[in-house]
Amino acid sequence: MALPNRGEIPLTGYAQRFVDQLAQCRTLGIRTVEASERHIILELPYQTRIIGYPDTGVIHGGVITTLADTACGAVVVCALRHATGNVELSPTLDLRVDYMMAAKPEQPVFCYAECHKLTSAIAFVRAIVYQDDINNPVAQAVGSFMRIGPELVTEQFRKDMEGG
Amino acid sequence: MDFKQKLQQAATSKDFDALLQLVPYAQFIGMECERYGDEMVFRLPAKEENIGNPMLPALHGGVMAGFMEMSAIIQLMVMMQTPRVPKIVDFSIDYLRAGLLRDTFCECIITRQGRRVANVNISIWQSSRKQPIATARAHFLLE
Repeated sequence: MALPNRGEIPLTGYAQRFVDQLAQCRTLGIRTVEASERHIILELPYQTRIIGYPDTGVIHGGVITTLADTACGAVVVCALRHATGNVELSPTLDLRVDYMMAAKPEQPVFCYAECHKLTSAIAFVRAIVYQDDINNPVAQAVGSFMRIGPELVTEQFRKDMEGG
Repeated sequence: MDFKQKLQQAATSKDFDALLQLVPYAQFIGMECERYGDEMVFRLPAKEENIGNPMLPALHGGVMAGFMEMSAIIQLMVMMQTPRVPKIVDFSIDYLRAGLLRDTFCECIITRQGRRVANVNISIWQSSRKQPIATARAHFLLE
């Protein structure tokens, strides 16, 4: 799969700093492949401690949800950064995940998410979880996120996000 | 004893903790189960690694979802007394309040169980059962 040069995707570093703020994501080793104001791709490495089906080695659906929630939340943070210039967070209102097939063991899982609509109060997001072919997804998700404004971001968090 | 037999034994003896021990992800997030007579409540003890928002701090929404999904799976297995782990088909969660860094409890209600598919309503709370931090509905394939 030919990925564009990561240096050309402007919000990749910003998105990774956001993901690194989340303890659960650091623990899982989630990495930002690329991010812009409209899309993001995250990668979750395979690991035996997140197995949900011990007889097959397939990872737990909960981790797929965590990956999708993180990707959706991160793409909203990127979209808000682009639209307002601010570090702004937005908690998940709801998220629906359809699990189409089991993720293959021993292989990383990717999540592509896009923020297709940003209003003054809500961000609408959709995502696809896949392994080697995005057209043959493991899961898909759709969610909405609430904007809470830049005021609730602490100075420390803002500094960490700016990567000073 | 192989894995299937262990699952079978845990399911038929209603030994929830034994079932949880067999699933790495349940150990990864650190969930437990407590029985009060016939009623069971799943518990997710406060744990730093499960945090999403570092400022509040609050639990990662995905961890809450994983905890709820795993609780539903265990409850279905025990109810059906089967070693087969039900497969998740879809999961739809509403976040109602921030999940703070405290113990979280989960209750599942199996609303409909056909021959192949079960519909489960799941709710999690912290300070009071009447104030859930999230609710979800999910479908599982039983096979």
